[in-house]
This record gives sequence, C-alpha cells and structure tokens, in this order.
Amino acid sequence: MAGITSYGAYVPLYRLGGQTAGWSGLVEKAMASFDEDSITMAVAAAIDCMNGMDRSTIDGLYFATTTSPYVEKQAATTIATAADLRRDSITMDFTDSLRAGTNALRAAFDAVKAGSAKQVMVTAAEMRLAQPRSAYEAGFGDGAAALLIGDEKVAASIVGWYSVTNEILDVWRSSGETIVDSWEERFVLDEGYRSVLSETISGLFAKCNVSAKDFAKAVYYAPDARRHTEMARKIGLEPGQVQPLLIGAVGNTGAAFALMMLVAALEEAKPGDRILLANYGDGADAFILEVTEEINKIRDRRGMKGYMASKKILGDYQTYAAWRGFIDVAAAVRRPEMVQPSPTAVWRERDANIRFHGVKCKSCGYPQYPPQRVCTKCHAKDNFEDVRFSDKKGTVFTYAMDYLAPTPDPPLVIAIVNFEGGGRIVSMMTDRDINEVKIGMPVELTFRKLFTAKGVHNYYWKSMPLRG
Amino acid sequence: MEGIKDRVAIIGMGCTKFGELWDKSAEDMLVDSCFEAIEDAGIEPKDIKAGWFGTVMSGFSGQMLTHALKLEYIPVSRLENFCATATDAFMNACYAVAAGIYDIVIASGVEKLKDTGFAGLGTAGGGIPSSMVEPPVPPPVQFALVATRYAHHYGLSMEELKTALAKIAVKNHHNGTLNPRAHFRREITVEQVLNAPMIAWPLGLFDCCGVSDGAAAAIVTTPEIARKLKDDYVLVKGVRLVCGGKQGTLHDWYDFVHFDENVTASKMAYEEAGIKDPRKELDLAIVHDCFSITEMLIYEDLQFSPRGKAKEDIDAGTFTLEGELPVNTDGGLKCFGHPIGASGLRMLYEVYKQLQGKAEQRQLKKADIGLTHNLGGMPGSFTCAVAILGRRD
Repeated sequence: MAGITSYGAYVPLYRLGGQTAGWSGLVEKAMASFDEDSITMAVAAAIDCMNGMDRSTIDGLYFATTTSPYVEKQAATTIATAADLRRDSITMDFTDSLRAGTNALRAAFDAVKAGSAKQVMVTAAEMRLAQPRSAYEAGFGDGAAALLIGDEKVAASIVGWYSVTNEILDVWRSSGETIVDSWEERFVLDEGYRSVLSETISGLFAKCNVSAKDFAKAVYYAPDARRHTEMARKIGLEPGQVQPLLIGAVGNTGAAFALMMLVAALEEAKPGDRILLANYGDGADAFILEVTEEINKIRDRRGMKGYMASKKILGDYQTYAAWRGFIDVAAAVRRPEMVQPSPTAVWRERDANIRFHGVKCKSCGYPQYPPQRVCTKCHAKDNFEDVRFSDKKGTVFTYAMDYLAPTPDPPLVIAIVNFEGGGRIVSMMTDRDINEVKIGMPVELTFRKLFTAKGVHNYYWKSMPLRG
Repeated sequence: MEGIKDRVAIIGMGCTKFGELWDKSAEDMLVDSCFEAIEDAGIEPKDIKAGWFGTVMSGFSGQMLTHALKLEYIPVSRLENFCATATDAFMNACYAVAAGIYDIVIASGVEKLKDTGFAGLGTAGGGIPSSMVEPPVPPPVQFALVATRYAHHYGLSMEELKTALAKIAVKNHHNGTLNPRAHFRREITVEQVLNAPMIAWPLGLFDCCGVSDGAAAAIVTTPEIARKLKDDYVLVKGVRLVCGGKQGTLHDWYDFVHFDENVTASKMAYEEAGIKDPRKELDLAIVHDCFSITEMLIYEDLQFSPRGKAKEDIDAGTFTLEGELPVNTDGGLKCFGHPIGASGLRMLYEVYKQLQGKAEQRQLKKADIGLTHNLGGMPGSFTCAVAILGRRD
C-alpha cells in the first residue's frame, strides 16, 4: 500500500512572542526571516525529509502554497532544483486554497498508486500576510512540511480518503492583493469550517467503516484553539487522541498547517497507530493513515520537534513590520537603486546558484565552488565532476560585520566558510546572533531569497549557525 | 631578462589637491595634474609621444586624456586594474620608454568619485549584467575579514589589535597635517579611533580611508634625455605588478594573514632594484593603507617587519616620520582618500618630491630610495603593484 515513506519539516528561527516589544499577540508564532519565503522554507523541509537518502530515487516534487512568490512561473521547479532532484522530475504547484497541502498529498498518492511515479515529494509552505494588528496577524505563522510518498518501505500507509468540495467565500485573497480578507467570523466558522470539516470526517468514517475511537491520533485543521476543541467534541474524540494545534507556538501556517501537524504526529507515532488527517479550505480532505515498523527507521530528522525547539524571539514588532514591508526603513547610507539580475546569467548559472553545485578536480581531487574551468590547485583544464555543496558542513574561517550594508537585518555578517572535505566559499550569514559568531563556529547552508528587484526574486545559498 | 633598473627616468610630476572637489570635473583634474607635470619636466605637450591613462569609473578610453590635454593624434591606452590602475599606467609608460619605442611619454590617472551621490565607492564594479548572487563584500569588509583572522591567528585580543591599528591611523593623520594636497588635515587620537562608529566590524571609521576626487601624472623618459632637461630627475629602480586569481576564496589554505600578491610583487620589485634588506635599504615607503589593517599586513608582507611582529614595530614608532622606516609620509590613503585611478601616481609623487628634497615640512633627512605600493581587490584576488624609485647617481 502506498503512503508516506519519509517526512520533514521546517519552522523559521524567529518567533514573535511575549518578549517582543510592541507585539500584541499573547502567544508565540513563527515568522519567516526577511530572506525567507514559501519557496525557501519548502526547500528546507524537503532537505530535512531527504536526510540520508539517495535523492535520485525521487521522481517528482509537488508544492502547495497560497503564497507563491510568482503568479506565473512555477515554484516547484525552483524547489526541485534547489533540492537537487533529477532533471526528469515531474513538478507541480498546488495553490489558491488552504487545502492545497492535502490536494498535493492526494495527487502524489494517486500518482504512486497509478504507477506513473515511484516516489513523489510533497512540499507545503506558507507565509501569509494579514492586516497589521489584526486577529489574523496574531494567528498566522510561517513554516513548511515535506512528505515523501512511495510504495516501498512505507512508514505510514494511506488506507482511506474522502473529500468534499464546497463553494464559499469565507477567506480569500484576490490576485494582486497581499493581505488575506474574510467575511463575518460567525458565518465563516459555522457554515464554512465547522459544517464542512465535520461533514467530510463523517463521510470518511462512513465510507471506511471506522469511528473516532479507532484512531490513536487525529490531526485536523482548525482556525483557532477554541474551534479545534469544539471539533474534537463534535467528532467524538477524547483529548488524548487530538494532535495539538500549532497555534500558540508556530501559528496557522495555511496550506502547510495540517501537514506540519501530521509530521509532528508521525514523530510520536508507534507502529500500528491509526491516524486521522483532515484539512479544510474550499471544502475538505480527509485521510486514514496506518503507521508501520518503518517509522522507526526515519527518526533522524529535525522535523517539527527539532525546529520548534530551535528559536529566537524577535526583539521588537517594528523589525517584523519592516521585514514584511509594512514600514519602509531608510538604509544606513544612500545606495544606488537595485537593478534586476540578468535572467540569462541566472539561467546559465542555475546549477551553481540553485543546486549549489561546485566541482571536484578529477586530477587532484580538490573541491571548489563556484565551478571553475581550470583547477585552482593543479591547473588541469575541464577535468571536473559536479559536487553538491548545499549539504556540506563547514566552519567559519574568518568573518566581518558590515554595518553599512543594505540589509534589513544589519549588520550583514560576511563569513569565509571552509568545508569538511575541502573547499571554501564567501558567504552571507543569516539567522545569526552577532554575539555568537566566531571563528571555528560550525555552519550549514540554507537556501534564501537575496532580494526582489523589478519582479525578479533572486535566490541563493547563505551560511547559518547550525539549527538546534 | 634585463629589468627596468636605471633605464627610465621621471622628469616631471603633477598632483592635484585631493578631496571633495565639487567644482572640478575629471577633465579639470587631468588638465591641472598633467600640466603641472609637463611644466615640471620643462617640456611642451607636443613633446609627449604616447600616453597611458588610468581610471576605474570616471570615463572610457584614452581619448579622455588626448581631449583634455589637446594632444594631437598620439597613442593613448586606457587602463583599469583596480587600485593599482595608476601604477599600471606608470609601469606601461616605463616599459614603452625602456623598449625604445617612444622617448617621452605620460602616465596619468584620475578618479571623480564624488559625483555619484553615494558614500563609499557607489556604483564601482556595477553595471555588468550578472546573476547578482555574489555576496556583497565591499572594501571595508574585505579587510575586516583580515583583521578578524589576524587577531585570531596571532592570539591578540581585538582590543590589542585595534589599538595597534589606531596608531597607524594616528600616524598617517599626523603626516597629513603637513601636506597641503591632502584631503584630511587634522590630528586624531588613539581614543578617537577606538571610539569611532563601526563601519565593518572590527574596523571603525578611522580605520578606513576616505573617498575623494583627485588626479596625478608623471612624465617619463630615458636617463639620457632626462640629464639634458634637469638635474634632479629620479630613476626608476623597479616596478612590478601581479594579479591574484581568486585563490583567497577558493583555496582553503589561503590564510588571510598574509597576501601572496604583496609578497610576490614586492620580491620581484626588490630583485629588480637589487634590494636585499628592504627595512634597512629603503628610506621611505608610500603604501596602500586603504584600511589600517592593510598597512599592518603590508609591513610584514613587504619585509619591513617579521611575521606577526608588526605590532611591536608600530609600538616602537618604526614607521613614523622620525622612525627607522617612515611609511606614508604624505598622509597616505588615510588622508588623501582613494580616487582609485589616481592613487598610485599620487604615491609616486610623494617619493619623487622626497628624493628631490622638495617635500617641505615632511622632508626626510635621508631620502635616496623609496617605494610605492598599491593593492586592490579581495584577499586572494588582489592586483598588487610595487614601484621603487631612486635618486640619480
């Protein structure tokens, strides 16, 4: 039976919380850094999911989000490339609905079952903007999940499924808008969420001849903690069966929300557990999963547990507002206007910049990034093999902190990183505490958005202190 | 191969005041510096048979020079080689004379940095379409990376290193007060340096050179012609330039506490000039103090100080005007700022004047042989030029 063969997650480092000056939210929420978006977070989750795996066994990558950086240009392609998947991968974006995450899961499952792919990676990531100071802003969080769907060494078989489609304007965002809009809360919750999700779960139970007591854990979407508890009562779940809602720690991560909670449930699941997964948005999707012995072989991921434990509370709301573009903060010094990267050069360098491939000299064995034509060590010409640098571990050789750099998070830390096994790069360091940066500090690489200029989002790899 | 020693002479030099020359264009500065050099040489513009013209970002082509000076249909090559641009122009002018192709030639450099509207170098290096993924490593960061590593490598606390660096800035500022052509002419204190705003940690404001406009020029000819024109011409003893190949960012063994570009270029120039012990034989050195840490490394790379011992020499006052080997007697980049295409010739101007005994308040008692040094780029991808001048026999 096809199902989940691996899982991964990503929660950004920063949180808004009680200690964030000027923040009205009573609880914590995860917030993407200034250089993150749904694409970069999906890459991080996919890499977590592929830990220790042969990436060439993956046949495709699906991406679910309502916050794709582009309206026309596929995000899954960028994610699959950054994840260094095969060129003959099938890539798709699932979007425009909070249900996109489970839509993608269903499509991947169907593809594997139909035999058109052996393994498909489902990624979901979200970074929704709400009106500053609104209840939505307090509740929305940023994050990502990744699930690998296959039919060998399945850790959680998908054994039942049921969906309802429901035409309603409850929460929406028109193209060109950046902020989520909604109708009156009582209508939205009563006729939207509560009625449709329970209808779908009931439909699944009837179709598969199961009841609430058959599940070790129930993972389901809810817009807030109160509705989450109400739904448990409505379905007939005991509190111990309910997978905790991430609101209060991570926030409502939209299209990634249900899948991130599923990853958290899988981290605790035991072989034989039956899990209910239900997701809401323009209708609802519900699934039954059965956990197998294989689950114990895929524990070495950071996952939700690892990423949630690794956090820093942002000092003030003003920084958040600036990072999200709600307020325009002057740069330290006057700068020339940013020009657009050349799409030709971006395309030509796609393996170096997005896959982060360097080369290793076949004559002397020295690894070098970016790719060279002539070996920097032994001077052999065009005698290289490609080497992926993105998952190499390194240490800071030396660093500097630029207080005049045009970055939303000054000072910009520039670090020379030496890699295990040889090679060196110059890097921008992100998600760092400047009091902790030092020579010899271990770092990893992370895929980030450098800037957006004239409609072009420019992605590249940065160094960061090891998470967790 | 035969080197250039004693085969080329400088017979005239010119140098504008450096600074925020809001009312001067690049053409104005070219005219001012080149005509000072021409008059100093005692020649006419029509005597110039060829030119080498350096600018990094203030214009294009050799025509900037021929147009400014109204030179009639002579060959002029435009050069760009980062911070060594002007010395490269000078080197090529020397080579043409030494090769016997032309008898009297001009080397000229100019930079107009203050029209950009931006602090720092503004748009330097910009404009070439690219994927724009390279980490932004502006000059203060390039050398801050070195300072961090230097302190770590030699086990100095950052306070110890920064105090040594501050003394370099204080020295150069003092020398600058004695030079009417310098941009900054104010004494500073070690405390001021240490308490200055941070630019690129660990380098603060006074660890960094200024940004200025300026131009300088040299008239170069054979010693035979020089002898006929004036008594106090100066001889070229050596001039060498090397380019790094990004070793610093590719080689994980490139140590950031010495620059192979400095070491290689200076060794070549010393050999050409016949210098065995630079610290003893040189009477002065005008070096590329774009940042205080750069001057500190240069002391070691150019064999003025043993490895790791520059701090001791700084503390001993070795490089002050009264010291054993005065460095940056004119105030250096610290006080002149760094109009990139002009700096190398500005340095040669100071050595030329010192060797002629015309350095006014800064005049050293003994000035028979002097060195200039330029360094531009990123550690491991520098262009480095070293020139050595000597008094006529």
